[in-house]
Amino acid sequence: MALEQDQVRNIAELARLQIDENQIGEYQQNLTSILDLVDQLSTADTTGVEPMAHPLDAVQRLRADAVTESNQREHFQTIAPATDNGHYLVPRVIE
Amino acid sequence: MHNKTIAQIARDLAAGEYSSVEITQTLLDRIAQLDTTYNSFITVTAEQALAQAKAADALRAAGNAGVWTGVPMAHKDIFCTNGVLTSCGSKMLSNFVAPYDATVVSNFNQAGAVSLGKLNMDEFAMGSSNESSYYGGVKNPWDIDRVPGGSSGGSAAAVAARLVPGATATDTGGSIRQPAAFCGITGLKPTYGRVSRWGMIAFASSLDQGGTMTRTAEDSAMMLNVMASFDPKDSTCVDQDIPDYTATLNNSIEGLTIGLPKEYFRDDLSAEMQQQVRDAIAEFEKMGAKVKEISLPNTHLAIPAYYVVAPAECSANLSRMDGVRFGHRCEDPQDINDLYKRSRGEGFGEEVKRRIMVGAYALSAGFYDAYYKQAQQVRRLIKNDFVEAFKEVDVIMSPTTPSPAFKAGEKTSDPVAMYLEDIFTIALNLAGLPGMSIPCGQVAAEGGQPLPVGLQLIGNYFDEARLLNLGHQFQQATDWHEQAPADLT
Repeated sequence: MALEQDQVRNIAELARLQIDENQIGEYQQNLTSILDLVDQLSTADTTGVEPMAHPLDAVQRLRADAVTESNQREHFQTIAPATDNGHYLVPRVIE
Repeated sequence: MHNKTIAQIARDLAAGEYSSVEITQTLLDRIAQLDTTYNSFITVTAEQALAQAKAADALRAAGNAGVWTGVPMAHKDIFCTNGVLTSCGSKMLSNFVAPYDATVVSNFNQAGAVSLGKLNMDEFAMGSSNESSYYGGVKNPWDIDRVPGGSSGGSAAAVAARLVPGATATDTGGSIRQPAAFCGITGLKPTYGRVSRWGMIAFASSLDQGGTMTRTAEDSAMMLNVMASFDPKDSTCVDQDIPDYTATLNNSIEGLTIGLPKEYFRDDLSAEMQQQVRDAIAEFEKMGAKVKEISLPNTHLAIPAYYVVAPAECSANLSRMDGVRFGHRCEDPQDINDLYKRSRGEGFGEEVKRRIMVGAYALSAGFYDAYYKQAQQVRRLIKNDFVEAFKEVDVIMSPTTPSPAFKAGEKTSDPVAMYLEDIFTIALNLAGLPGMSIPCGQVAAEGGQPLPVGLQLIGNYFDEARLLNLGHQFQQATDWHEQAPADLT
């Protein structure tokens, strides 16, 4: 299925990926050829087939609601790009 | 010393032939001397390795050594190693010093193993040639103009070049088996859920599985004994009895039925390679096994299904790389959107971005049913094919790859051509079955140099012990696994 360049820009926005304008064409080509490969799926008759999310059809294991972890904020924040007083710093989010 | 297997090293250390420090230093020297050619390591942890080796020797002197005490190995750079760079082959994590050990890593640490460092890989485990790594491509030790395969190219090359006797690796669509085939070594992907994924950077959560790269099935069994564990921290880990995988290596295979899927033995494959694979299967017949043709009719849908499921899951998993809490952050972000877009745009390579976008598209409103849901349904059809086949046969065999190692750069301009390299390996990831590749022959490249050929064995759920048994028996009767690239023994 052929993608329009606007669709490529839209997908990049959804995925929060900066793509240079001069690369949009190449992405359009590559993504289109991948989607062409994938289109073969539509030839399969899947009526009544249960989708399979997990190879062994496992269900989420539950555990007791008890505290097992300790606060390691300082340790984990040693590798953060920017922190202040235990918070991660980012550009202003709320206008 | 570098030619010794894990099993031999374990015996030698127990017998006091040499110390762990000695063999560790020997391999570190060898890596320093040879790895500029292969680029199989991203990080060599020389100091820590020698410290681990020293501790292992002390433990042995105190009479407390186990099988793995002091045995050297290395980890694919997808496993978090506390205090050590864990890059996943990506610029995005090129500054990520992991703050904890993956369960696989701590299993080896507890067993007393010595880790020599972190091995190169395709970025975020996406690739079949190890050409997409931020740290440069890996060279195939059999022919440095060719790729080692991927994504676990570093693990495969390091073992093939005898820089380490064994390495951890991961397999989502063939990333252990295909490089093992290209590099002439033994690679095992266990059943989904056998090995904990905690601390193993996620690509496609319903497909990823950690496994082994070694030169022998016996060594693989020894590694799996350490890697397999029930981990409450991995909710997809299965609580299933773990046998001693070394205990059944010598079981007789008399009366075993081997299934050969007709869809995997195609006319357009190299006749020479097919012959090598058929000769290898004949070896099993000599040992008393029977061969039967089977059909896996939905085989042609495996690659399309995979290239919806894997990108969809990767788009979700890689959304955590946002420049906020760890990893690459762009300079001077103007607002939160700019922070995300430029950090991710700069941090991820082309293939990763392509797959994230395919995934985002397949999951987006209006396309979910046609793509993702359809792929999940096809996945069940593929699994059902195998379930039916295993009612008639005990194990399935096929070539691992459609051709031997290709030249660097040959497939990088066409993503789909690269994807088709996984044509034989991918279906069993979708089904969650265990698979192994063992060296079974060689074909000559145009320059005359030998290129390895791999035989793939596919087992039923949790039947790794049987695969290892078959691999070991084959390796007792033949010596393909002992072949090495010229000048590397």
